Amino acid sequence: MSKGNQVLEEITSKEYEHGWTVDLETDEAPKGLDENTVRFISAKKGEPEWLLEWRLKAFRLWQKMEEPKWPNVHYPPINYQDIIYYSAPKKKATLDSLDQVDPELVKTFEKLGISITEQKRLTGVAVDAVIDSVSVATTFKEKLGELGIIFCSFSEAVKEHPELIKKYLGSVVPMNDNYFAALNAAVFSDGSFCYIPKGVRCPMELSTYFRINAANTGQFERTLIVADEGAYVSYLEGCTAPMRDENQLHAAVVELYTMKDAEIKYSTVQNWYPGDKNGKGGIYNFVTKRGLCFGNHSKISWTQVETGSAITWKYPSCVLKGDYSVGEFYSVAVTNNHQQADTGTKMIHIGKNTRSRIVSKGISAGKSQNSYRGQVHVMKRASNARNHSQCDSLLMGDQCGAHTFPYIDVENNSARIEHEATTSKIGEDQIFYCLQRGIDEEAAVALIVNGYAKEVFNQLPMEFAVEAQKLLALTLEGSVG
Amino acid sequence: MSTTVTRDIKNEIAEAFHQSKFDVANDHRKSAFAFFEKTGLPGTKQEEYRFTPITKNLEKNFNWDIKATTSSINTIDEFLIPNLDANILVFVNGNYSASLSKIISPDTEVKIKTLSEAFKSDSATIAIYLDKVLTPESDPFAAMNAAFWQNGLFIHVPENTNVSKPIFILHFNDAGENQVISQTKILGILEKGSQLSVVEKFDSVGSNPVFHNFSEEWIVKEKSHLEYCKVQNDVGKSYQVANTIIHQSDNSLLNTFTLTLNGQWVRNNLSIIIDGEHCESHFYGLYLVNGNTLADNHTVVDHQKPNSFSNEIYKGIMDGNSKGVFNGKIFVRPHAQKTNAFQSNRNILVSETSTVNTKPQLEIWADDVKCSHGCTSGQLDEEALFYLRSRGISATLAKAMLLYAFASEVLAPIQNETLKSYLDILIAERLHNNF
Repeated sequence: MSKGNQVLEEITSKEYEHGWTVDLETDEAPKGLDENTVRFISAKKGEPEWLLEWRLKAFRLWQKMEEPKWPNVHYPPINYQDIIYYSAPKKKATLDSLDQVDPELVKTFEKLGISITEQKRLTGVAVDAVIDSVSVATTFKEKLGELGIIFCSFSEAVKEHPELIKKYLGSVVPMNDNYFAALNAAVFSDGSFCYIPKGVRCPMELSTYFRINAANTGQFERTLIVADEGAYVSYLEGCTAPMRDENQLHAAVVELYTMKDAEIKYSTVQNWYPGDKNGKGGIYNFVTKRGLCFGNHSKISWTQVETGSAITWKYPSCVLKGDYSVGEFYSVAVTNNHQQADTGTKMIHIGKNTRSRIVSKGISAGKSQNSYRGQVHVMKRASNARNHSQCDSLLMGDQCGAHTFPYIDVENNSARIEHEATTSKIGEDQIFYCLQRGIDEEAAVALIVNGYAKEVFNQLPMEFAVEAQKLLALTLEGSVG
Repeated sequence: MSTTVTRDIKNEIAEAFHQSKFDVANDHRKSAFAFFEKTGLPGTKQEEYRFTPITKNLEKNFNWDIKATTSSINTIDEFLIPNLDANILVFVNGNYSASLSKIISPDTEVKIKTLSEAFKSDSATIAIYLDKVLTPESDPFAAMNAAFWQNGLFIHVPENTNVSKPIFILHFNDAGENQVISQTKILGILEKGSQLSVVEKFDSVGSNPVFHNFSEEWIVKEKSHLEYCKVQNDVGKSYQVANTIIHQSDNSLLNTFTLTLNGQWVRNNLSIIIDGEHCESHFYGLYLVNGNTLADNHTVVDHQKPNSFSNEIYKGIMDGNSKGVFNGKIFVRPHAQKTNAFQSNRNILVSETSTVNTKPQLEIWADDVKCSHGCTSGQLDEEALFYLRSRGISATLAKAMLLYAFASEVLAPIQNETLKSYLDILIAERLHNNF
C-alpha cells in the first residue's frame, strides 16, 4: 500500500492552519512567578481582597506540591520562572459595544473563522473570546440577560456577581486538587463564567474561543458554569495558538455545577498548535475539568475532540453525587507526528441509581503515543450504579503506540460495570471492500475513520461536528499504510 | 520505602540477612540483596502495590526471625489430590522434605533435584537461567527471594521428551507453634519439543501468621508444551507473594490455571514473556474468596515477537469482606505484528461488603494487531434466578448453580481429567458451603 504511505506523507506534512500571529500590543507581567506576580495579576484585574487571599493561599500550596509524574507522557522539565503569567491585549479599555473592539482583534477572530461582529447577526451562538489571558469580547449578553442568564468574562463576574463566584469558585476543583489546578488557582487571568437560573433552558449555544497569541506566555483561564434547578445549557469551547518553536503551557480549570434536574453539555474542539513534524514546539495542554452533579436527576455530558497540542493531559470527570444523576464522556483523541496524549475520564458514583457512559476513540499515527486513562469508581452507597465504557484505539503506522489504563473500583455489589476495549488498525479487507466499489483509498480511509469516530461526532452541535470532521480529515486522511 | 514507620522492618530484614549462613550461592544472594536494599518494601503509593498494603501487614504480624521453624506433621495425605498419579514433591515450612516426597518418573524423562543439589551438580545450567528472566530488579519480593531462598526445585526436561506423569508440588506451612516465614524457589526448563504438566498446591495449618515468598521461573523452549496449575488454599493467617514468570520460545504452547480459594491475602504476579513466533498462551484464573481474604492477581503478557496468540480469562467471586484485585497488562512491542491478544476479567460481588478493583491495561506499539480486553463487575442475573426458582429450586441452590456455571468456564483448558474433576469438586463444594 505504498500509495497509502504517499498520501500519509502528504497529509501529515500539511502545515498547521492556525499558525499565524497577529501584532497586538500587549500588556504583560514580567517573566517569572512569585507572590508578587500573583499580587500583580490580582491588582491588574482590580480584584477584591478575598480573591487575592484565595490566590495567595493556592500559590503557597502549589509551592509545596510536586509535578505529577504518573501520566504516560515525556517532556523536558518546565521552567516555571520562564513563563509570562499575564498577557493582555492593550487596547482593552471598556467596551460598550463590539464596534469598539480593536480592529486587529476582530481580524484575528475572523481568521479563526469566528467573526465576532457577524455573530451579532447570526443567531445561534453567543461567544466569549479569550485572547492570551483575558476575555476580549462577549456577544449576545443583553439577549441572554433578559432570561436572567449570566454569561460574561470571569473578571466581570467577580465584580458584578461576587456572591456567586464566592460560592462556587473551587467548589468542584479545589485549589489543591493537583499541581496544575493549584497553579491555575494562583495565577488564572480570566475565563468565562456562566449561570443559568432556575428552570431556564438556554436558547443558544454558549461558546468560548481561546487563543494564545503572545510568545513565552502561559495561558491560565478558568471556566465556571452553574446550572440551577431544571436549567439546561450547551457550551462549546475551541482553541488555537500560533506556531512557535518553544513549548507553551496551557493550564486551565473548568468547573461545572448542576443542581436538581439540571443539565450541562460541554463540548470541546481542541486544536492547539501540536508542534512541527519533528516534535519541536507545541502547546502543553494540562487541563483540569470536572463536573459535579450535585442535585438529583442532574446530568453532565463531556464531548471532546482532541487533535492539537504537543502534550495533552486531561481527564474531564463527573462526580455523580445526586441520586439518579448521569455522567457522559465522549472523546475522540487524535495524535500524529510526535504528539502525546494521556486523556480519559473519571466517573465517581456517589449517589444511588447513578449512570455513566464512556465512549473513547483514540487514533494514533506517525510517532505519537495515545493513552486512555480512566476511572470508574462506585462508592459504597451508590446502589444500582451503572456504567458502560468502551475505548477503542486505531493505530496507523508501525511507530505509534496506543495505551489503555482503565481503573475500575467497585465497592457496591449491586453495581453493574462493563468495560471493553479494542486495538486494531484499519483492516486491509475494509479498504479492499471500498476499492472494489470504486472508492479510492483516500476516500476509503476517510470513510472508515469517520465511521469509527461517528459515535462521538454525533454528540457535537452541528457547526462543531463539521469543524471536527474537517480537523480529523486534516490530521489523518490517507494515513493507512 | 515502607509507608508507616511503626518500626523499620527493612533494618530487621537486613540484619537477618547478614546474620544468616547459606550453603550455596552466596555471591548471588549478596547482589540480589543489594537490589532489595535499594528498593525496599513497596508502599501503597506504588502503582503496582496500590491495593495490597503488604508492608503494613508484614510489620504488624511478623518478627523478622528467619530461623527454620519445625513441624510435627508426618502425613500430608489430606493435602494431596486423590488418585492423581504423579511425582510428589513436598516443602514443609520452606524446606524440602525427602521423606514425604516421592519421585516416580525415571531420570531419563525428567531431572528433578532440589535447588541446593543442582547448584553443585548442574551449576552451568543454573548459571545460565537462574534469576535471569525473573530478575531481582523486577520486583522487590523477587529480590528478597533471590537473597533469602531456603530451598527449591530444579526441574529439567530433556529434548523431545514427554513426561508422562505430572509433577505435584505441595508447599505446606505449619504455623501451629510459631510464625512461619518461608521462601522457596523453582527453576524449570523444558528443552525443545518436550512436554510437562505441573500442579502446585499451597496449604497451611495453625493459627500463627505465615509469610510465603515464592518465586519461580519456567523456560519453555521451541515446540514445547507446559501445562501449569496452581491451587492456593491456605487457611488461616497466611500471606503469600508468588512471582511466576514463564518464558516462551518459538512454537511453544502454554496452559496455565490459577485457583485462589483461601489465605489472608494472596498476591500473584504472573508474567508471560512471548519471546518467539507462533506461540500460544492460555491463562485462566479464578478467585473464589470470602472472609477477609484479599486476592490480588497481577498478570503480564509481553508479546515481543510477531505472530503469536494469547488469551486470558480471569473470573472473581467475592463474598464476606473479601477483596479482589486484578491488573492485567498486555504489551505488544514494536515489530510484534500480527499479534492477537485477548483478555477478559469478570467479577461478581456476592456480599455488600466485598469490593473489587480491576485495571486491565493494554499497551500497544505495533499497528497490525488485534487486541481487546473486557471487564465487568455485577451480580447474578435476576431473570436466570427467577427461572430456576420458578422450577422449584431453592434460592440458595439457584444462586450456587449460577455461580458454579459462571466459575466453571475457566476449568476448560485443563487436560488432566483427575485434576479437573478434583478442581471441579473444590469449586462446587466451596460454592455450596459458603454462598
